[in-house]
Amino acid sequence: MSLKMRNLAVTAIAATSLLSVAACGSSSSSGDSGSGSSPSGQSLKGVSFTILGQWTGGEQDAFQAVIDAFDKKTGAKGTYTPAAGGDEAGVLGTKVAGGTPPDIAVLSLPGAIAQYASANKIQPASAAVQSAVSANFATEWGTLASAGGKLYGVPVDASDKSTVWYNAKAFTNAGITPPATWDDLIKAGKTLSASGVQVPISVGGGDGWTLTDWFENVYLRTAGVDLYDKLTKHQIPWTDPSVATALTTLKQIWGDPELIGSPAAAVKVPFTSSVDNVFKKTPTSAIVYEASFVATTITSDKNPAKVGTDAKVFPFPSINGSAPVSEAAGDFAVAFTPNKAAQPFLAYLASPEAAKILVSTSGSGFLSVNKNLANSAYPDATSGDLAKQLVDVGNNFRFDMSDQAPAAFGGTPNKTEWGDLQTFLVNGNVAAAQQQLEKDAKSVKWN
Amino acid sequence: MTQEVVSVAKASALATGPSRKTPGQGRWLAGVFLAPAAVFLTAIVFYPLVYTLIRSLFNDGPSGQATSFAGLSNYAHIFTQSDAVEALKNNVIWVVIVPALVTILGMIFAVLTEKIRWASAFKVVLFMPMAISFLASGVTWTLIYADQPSRGLGNAVAIGIHDTFDPQTSYPELHPSGNTVLTGSGAAGYKSVATFAAGSPALLPLTGLNLVKPPKAAEPAVEPSSGAGLRGVLWNDFKLGGGGTPGVIDQGELGVPGLQVDAVKNGKTVATATTQANGTFTFPSLTSGGYTLSLPKADFSPAYGGIAWLGKNLITPAIIVAYLWIYAGFAMVLLAAGMSAIPRDALEAARMDGATEWQVFRRVTAPLLAPVLLVVFVTMVINVLKIFDIVFIIQQSAGGNAKYANVLAVQLYTDYGNQQFGAASAVGIVLVILVLPAMVFQVRNFRKESR
Repeated sequence: MSLKMRNLAVTAIAATSLLSVAACGSSSSSGDSGSGSSPSGQSLKGVSFTILGQWTGGEQDAFQAVIDAFDKKTGAKGTYTPAAGGDEAGVLGTKVAGGTPPDIAVLSLPGAIAQYASANKIQPASAAVQSAVSANFATEWGTLASAGGKLYGVPVDASDKSTVWYNAKAFTNAGITPPATWDDLIKAGKTLSASGVQVPISVGGGDGWTLTDWFENVYLRTAGVDLYDKLTKHQIPWTDPSVATALTTLKQIWGDPELIGSPAAAVKVPFTSSVDNVFKKTPTSAIVYEASFVATTITSDKNPAKVGTDAKVFPFPSINGSAPVSEAAGDFAVAFTPNKAAQPFLAYLASPEAAKILVSTSGSGFLSVNKNLANSAYPDATSGDLAKQLVDVGNNFRFDMSDQAPAAFGGTPNKTEWGDLQTFLVNGNVAAAQQQLEKDAKSVKWN
Repeated sequence: MTQEVVSVAKASALATGPSRKTPGQGRWLAGVFLAPAAVFLTAIVFYPLVYTLIRSLFNDGPSGQATSFAGLSNYAHIFTQSDAVEALKNNVIWVVIVPALVTILGMIFAVLTEKIRWASAFKVVLFMPMAISFLASGVTWTLIYADQPSRGLGNAVAIGIHDTFDPQTSYPELHPSGNTVLTGSGAAGYKSVATFAAGSPALLPLTGLNLVKPPKAAEPAVEPSSGAGLRGVLWNDFKLGGGGTPGVIDQGELGVPGLQVDAVKNGKTVATATTQANGTFTFPSLTSGGYTLSLPKADFSPAYGGIAWLGKNLITPAIIVAYLWIYAGFAMVLLAAGMSAIPRDALEAARMDGATEWQVFRRVTAPLLAPVLLVVFVTMVINVLKIFDIVFIIQQSAGGNAKYANVLAVQLYTDYGNQQFGAASAVGIVLVILVLPAMVFQVRNFRKESR
């Protein structure tokens, strides 16, 4: 998610400054009264606090609406600033190092919580925040927001990274139904190819993070959660046989030009185009794997396909009978200063009331894993279903592996993990890919 | 910028030297004048430089803080880590090729524009790219290099030229469904597995026809009518909505018109036929059996996709071309200015003595222009060593091939972005060391001129 935003933010930066102005005018009506989980009365009158994040556009509007509702309730004054250039890690790192951290920052990398906690730069959650988090979220989400057994953050939004999107019309033309297993996915691809779809499965290899997501979903299913956790922390090397199995499995699709077209072309297709190829007016592809936020990409298209009717979703298929499991990603709000409004705001963020504002503001595309949020809060049925899936898996999910790795390994465009998987996409050499991944993993510091 | 400051400072120091004031007073005054520059230089050049040097000797913590002493390991990284090595390699390519090319191009333009009418207009046009920001030029060239001929000028031209001589094939998307009847590949053509004889119809199924927008000429496929010779049908074994039986002509499946079918016996093509609108074809002359049917590759080979400008091999040359487009005009303006300063009588004397234009250029113009040529060349070397923006921008649209265009300054930026400040500092110091000889040379040159 963060990585998508990083890319989008560069282009969106001019547009958003205009949007944010518009947001202030329109959002005042969306706060409603209720829920006792947050402080009431004007107890924080005159307290101002700052929030740093990377959201722009519709996401920023939705988050601003939450701040406005909180301000109205408590009399505090929250100011949200998106990080310049979309580079939140860099901006935050500099601010913290310079001794002027924001009161709250929204982090998309749980690894950062551990880093800042170990350096004593962030504030542990208050009792109110702790009880709000444990009341509203599956325990695994709380664990991700903790370090050293102490809770620091609050999950704000989440995305389901085990969703495969498809063009419903293309499936009807080919007379197929959504595949439930990996082998069926391959068969579906072949049938789509026979039905005249040039590139049945659209792979956005131009952005390496899409490839890491492919790999992580396959690895989660072929190796299981225990090995996934170990590889996430680099406790097993990338030369492990389990990685070879996952890459070989991936190659069944990545290495077949009948399914993904020419790999040399796929490695140049950016994420947005990979989605566009499936849902544009004369589609050249029928299936694209990426997270739930694909919906936002579709609706921001020039001639948007209708999510739920033209654009549909099936869960990432099971491999060799693997049990259902999800990959997820999300953002966490963490307090950096003892500002009086910081903890109350975090507690408010954890409440179903704030979640409702977040997901129902139009254009935000947010999903929440708040289990006390009614599904009816979502603006459309598809996002409601996606959120329900995420809530229903409970603790049976794993957080995006590359988002947990140091950025130098799992978050650098066209380099290290991203670049190595791009190379693998093109040449299909399993052993060489493993060697290079291990070499790159070794050259960075793991916590 | 720094050079200017240094030379200005030096000049002021020189100016106060031979004054009529007492030596002590002069030094004091020089100090006063130098102080602001010295303060600024210390704050924004020397302190960062020294700190960068120190920082480059320390390891990076997870969120960027300096941890333990690293010795020279950050530097060793530059020569071992694959991305950084790629960056070094590309920087060498840039430095070896670009300054020379820019100087030569600038020279050619300067000489040519001197000889033609409307010289100023040409100069303006050639110099225009300098007025555009690197970012905008980068974006423009990104568009030129786009893969799709509908977007990229480069490939529109490449494909246009290619198709003039070698037209696109008709059905690159068709392929056999399974390998039971036909085998082969689009690039090699397809061949029937079994042999066929006259009297029994040959059913050749292919799939992959775009059924949403089928070829206008195509009609529903039919079984070949009985009659003399070897008869068969070549059809798209898939109908909209799926559900047919493979290998059987189901209702709604289309014939593939206009494809060439060869009958081959003992490795020799004995007859050739073309499919009708309903996919049927006939070899009236063939009466016996044992014929292999083959579909020549000409109809199937993948369409020519143009040149991968931003592919693995061409990306650095492609960016260099964009850079030349920007800087050739700059070099031209400097050299043209230098040329106008050459005494006309020297040129005229040479011409009077019967020298050809080439001789005049080689023996008179070039030597007299040497100092300007050198300035242009050295400026370009410095410029190219720290090349960043245009590479960074064009890289953005190269996807997975971006890493093949990596240069040191981009590597520095990436390391910085990953909060590996030690590694980034080491790259910075290496850049300074690389630029230093050219700087020293430049400064000396200025000093020589000012004397």
